[in-house]
Amino acid sequence: MSATSAIAPGNGSGRRDGAWAVLRRGLALTPQITSGLGVTLLVALVSTTGRVLVPITVQQTIDEGIRAPGGPRPGLVLVLCAVAAVGLAVTATCAYVANRRIFRSTEAGLASLRSLAFRHIHDLSTLSQNTERRGALVARVTTDVDTISTFVQWGGLLLVTSTGQLLVATVLMAVYSWPLTLLVWGCFLPLFGGFRVLQRRVSAAYGLVRQRIGETLGAISESVVGADTIRAYAVEERTQTRLDATVAAHAGAAIRAQTTVALVFSGGVLVSGLVVAAVVGLGTALGVAGHLTLGQLVAFLFLVQLFTGPVQIGTEVLNELQNAAAGWRRVLAVLDTPADVADPAECGVVLPRGPISVRFEHVWFAYPGGPPVLRGVDLELPARARIAVVGETGSGKTTLAKLLTRLMDPTCGRVLVDGADLREVRFSSLRERVVLVPQEGFLLDDTLRANIAWGRDHRRRQEPAARARQEPTTRGRDDPSEVTRALADLALLDWAERLPHGLDTQVGQGGEALSAGERQLVALARAYLADPDLLVLDEATSAVDPATEVRLARALEGATRGRTSVAIAHRLSTAEAADVVVVVEAGQIVDVGPHRALLGRSPVYQRLHAGWTAQQRSAAMAGTVAGDVAARAGSGATGGRIDP
Amino acid sequence: MPADDLPATGADTLRRGLRVLGRGIRDEPRMFALAVAGAAVYGAGTAGSGWILGRLTQSVLAPVFAARRITPGQLAVTTGVLALVALLTSIGVACRRAAGGAVTYRLQARYRRAVTRQYLRLPLTWHHRHPAGQLLSNANADVEATWQVMAPLPMALGVLVMLVVAAVAMVEADPVLGAVGLLVLPAVFAVNVVFQRLVAPHVARAQQLRAAVSGVAHESFEGAVVVKTLGREAAETERFGAVADELRDANVAVGTTRGLFDPVQEGLPVLGTLVVLAVGTWRIAAGAATTADVVQVAYLLVLVSFPVRALGWVLAELPRCVVGWERVSAVLDARGEMRYADARLGRTGAAELELRGVDYAHEGADGERFPVLHDVWLNVRPGTTVAVVGPTGAGKSTLAGLLVRLVDPTRGRVLLDGVDLRALRRGEVAAAAALVPQSAFVFDDTVRGNVTLGAEIDDDAVRRALALARAEDFVTALPEGLDTRLGERGTSLSGGQRQRIALARALVRRPRLLVLDDATSAVDPHVEARILAGLRSAGRGGTVVVVAYRMATIALADEVVFVERGRVAGRGSHEQLMRVNEGYRRLVTAYGRDAAERERAHGVVGADARGEGTTDDVEQGAA
Repeated sequence: MSATSAIAPGNGSGRRDGAWAVLRRGLALTPQITSGLGVTLLVALVSTTGRVLVPITVQQTIDEGIRAPGGPRPGLVLVLCAVAAVGLAVTATCAYVANRRIFRSTEAGLASLRSLAFRHIHDLSTLSQNTERRGALVARVTTDVDTISTFVQWGGLLLVTSTGQLLVATVLMAVYSWPLTLLVWGCFLPLFGGFRVLQRRVSAAYGLVRQRIGETLGAISESVVGADTIRAYAVEERTQTRLDATVAAHAGAAIRAQTTVALVFSGGVLVSGLVVAAVVGLGTALGVAGHLTLGQLVAFLFLVQLFTGPVQIGTEVLNELQNAAAGWRRVLAVLDTPADVADPAECGVVLPRGPISVRFEHVWFAYPGGPPVLRGVDLELPARARIAVVGETGSGKTTLAKLLTRLMDPTCGRVLVDGADLREVRFSSLRERVVLVPQEGFLLDDTLRANIAWGRDHRRRQEPAARARQEPTTRGRDDPSEVTRALADLALLDWAERLPHGLDTQVGQGGEALSAGERQLVALARAYLADPDLLVLDEATSAVDPATEVRLARALEGATRGRTSVAIAHRLSTAEAADVVVVVEAGQIVDVGPHRALLGRSPVYQRLHAGWTAQQRSAAMAGTVAGDVAARAGSGATGGRIDP
Repeated sequence: MPADDLPATGADTLRRGLRVLGRGIRDEPRMFALAVAGAAVYGAGTAGSGWILGRLTQSVLAPVFAARRITPGQLAVTTGVLALVALLTSIGVACRRAAGGAVTYRLQARYRRAVTRQYLRLPLTWHHRHPAGQLLSNANADVEATWQVMAPLPMALGVLVMLVVAAVAMVEADPVLGAVGLLVLPAVFAVNVVFQRLVAPHVARAQQLRAAVSGVAHESFEGAVVVKTLGREAAETERFGAVADELRDANVAVGTTRGLFDPVQEGLPVLGTLVVLAVGTWRIAAGAATTADVVQVAYLLVLVSFPVRALGWVLAELPRCVVGWERVSAVLDARGEMRYADARLGRTGAAELELRGVDYAHEGADGERFPVLHDVWLNVRPGTTVAVVGPTGAGKSTLAGLLVRLVDPTRGRVLLDGVDLRALRRGEVAAAAALVPQSAFVFDDTVRGNVTLGAEIDDDAVRRALALARAEDFVTALPEGLDTRLGERGTSLSGGQRQRIALARALVRRPRLLVLDDATSAVDPHVEARILAGLRSAGRGGTVVVVAYRMATIALADEVVFVERGRVAGRGSHEQLMRVNEGYRRLVTAYGRDAAERERAHGVVGADARGEGTTDDVEQGAA
């Protein structure tokens, strides 16, 4: 997974270059972060000078105030301290201003980065192709951006001021005593070198932790989402064993990582302490030789504290920095993935409303890394026709529907609507005219009414003209009469009103309060309300009972008369009712024509139809017993075979 | 999901937070003791080094600097003592951090196991009342939030030791200077407490908004196809952007509060040091203190001022900890687990099934109950096949779940071989009965693992079950056959393929009662026909209950039960129901009637109404 590979240990220098590139690319995408950054850094630098106020004052106090030749001079020290206090107030204010500026600019940048990535993900065809990867994509606009935010909140400014502090402390130390300064740097330089090596181990350890937490989450989600299956097969114990193993593996990895960090950190503490000891030792020797005053030595010790603080904190901040860089890199990776189904926007064509015709021109399609699913499809779907697409599972029917609604683009070839290449049609125009109802009708955790109105409300906001047209009859975004009318048109009002609270029934998370068939009814009503010129149904009523399905099909026929509709179905009742049937096999169109003609000439269609009639046969046989109604059914089921 | 509300009063949070801490310490006493011991060594060492430096200044440095002479012994003692303290301190730090981490992660692991044990034990009705996202976060984020506080806790306790040592050292150096120092440290602590108070609501709000951002993204990506096809991308980006902007504002509020307090918390000890210097010089002038005393107090202030904040970190974590623990304990304390007794099913061969006056009501998240089934009576003789037929939303899936005790009826009894399911011991129902649900669940496991679910079943049996479920062909074509990994991190299967894996999972167990809940809805008709034919010819001799719409499936049944609006509206053979039950007749003959009516319309009006020209165009297009 990209999440793990991005933070995996690798070539050190290569990764550092990568980090810089990430930073540059990232900042270019979010100009809010860099705007005014110069001023912020300047203010931050001023605030850093506050850190050396104490060492200087201590040195001055000891050498000039306490150990002055004429005895202690409290008055001078008071003035010194007062000056330092003023300096403190100024630098503290600067620190506040710098903090405030940096939080505002980065958070503004990150919020726009989130929205940018969110929109971009919706333009990626992977989202509709690969359901398993959706969780990872959610992480791109949530936790990955959060790591950057956390870093900025905790360590961002600290890193800047710490660096400044190191520089200022070094300069001042050199002023007091260059041999001691060399000693301090001599001790810390190997530590910095060691840190870089250890840092790699630390980030590898954390990479493993992240992988383990991913596995733990997967195992937990199985125990929650698969609860029914686990219960039905009484595999609780096995599930628990697997869960316990992933939980233990995560804890083990986390403890190992934490121990590594503890060792690195305590190593820093040890070196800091030893540096103090060494400074006292060498400083005393220098003092004895007359190169250093006691005040300078004590001031130097205070400065060493200024030095060790950043070094110790730095180990932690660098960790956060790596997390943030990895997160940032993952967000950028999403943004760098070409938006394969992007909106041509202003450059795009706007189609006038009215019946739609469709043409597939030598269309091939393959999912990334897979074999071709569609192989050279040429097809013309006339305007106003009711079209059924039939074929076995895996023959490419659904791919056809996804290409037709531009959920993805052909690998080669073109799909034309009213003569315009789909890729050149403006989304606002395309989505208004072409609507797909997928098999899994997606429901929001809201009322039935809101779910049905969902396909309609945003359009009204986008089109003031349309709203003006509808103003006399509609009020508000979830106009009740509109939803009711749509349900009535589809003969679904009875069903909706029988639900516990009618249209105000809460459908629950993912619509779990409804049955699978009922969820499909909602999706269909929603699409109908969206009022498209081309309606594409992809197994949209597969879980609905036959009577409802037939009633619905009839209602739709009436309601969408004069428009184009494409229905993909394995129930061949749909094909029998269609004007044109398209037979798909192994990624190719093997025949096109009306149901009756195909029955006479298409072996593939005959086979499919035979399977379907076999399913219905017992109804026909029973029908002869059951009288009038069933007799009609019988003639329907056998009629196909008599008719040429 | 419930909002991340902070507990109302601070004192209450403190009390409840301390109780959680106590529980954590009781659960991991040894590691915690090690961490605290390490922290104490660190605290004493840090403050001690300040004291030692002061004493060294007094007894060694000041005389040496004055005399300009030093013996090697003095130098060795000076550096040696400081180095030793540094070594001890760093060992303390290593212990504190490593053991503190171990405490935190062990507690997280312990409670993750406890929470997931509850998930596996609690009844499905409980599961249905709680959104999956919430349960995921209970076992993950909430457990983490509860025990995160254990990481800074040892440090905070170590800081208390440090404060005591520092206070003694400061007062010992000079009571007046010590008093200044003793004023500064509580002031730092107090400012920290005020800061935590002020920032806590912002932090909680940010936390809540992070969940909201995640929720919107999840929902939006989950519904990607619908979002796209309805052209809602812009509207969705707007919806997402609104929450993201709120999160931005909350984060800025956290940041600016921190930005205000950080300089204050850093400035206070500096100010204290300046006061110590001014007062110290005056004390020295008055002959009441030495240079060393001033150095010692000033140095201690600088050393201790940062760690003092650790106390604040613990206080900062407490509200999160309390909220997290409340959610975790809500799961741990949940009652009403499915009870099992100790009866066993003695019989072999096909099972007998009986429902006596069964009612079932679905309970919504808000506790509201919606009746689904009323007074259902049913009797399925051993070895027979019963089809459950009914309109969409009639309660068929609920009925199927009751048969294998996924849920218990609100009223009435479900009997298997004459024994109430509730009287059976754990695992007994699953050993006798298998359900294939409407939407198949695939585990993150191999094909073999998904079929056996860990039971001792040889590959031949697995292959036979896959063959019977018509899954053998596509499984053989998978890159690693039976060893191919499926699920989240494995190969994606189509809906029909998933259903066939789930079917094989049931068949491989040779269940005495097989319940199929529209389990072949995504399978092609002719494949389904072969599956059903296989089921029958295999002569497996089990009792079968099948929820179905398709006539071919119904035709397999010895008896049909027609369910309508939660009631059994008709029972009998297909022929009987066709004769006497209008609703049933309308349902199962819907396609036939439709076709017949179209046929008639076709005959009367003729094909010309549709326009032959249109059709010709199409055929040319395909050519």
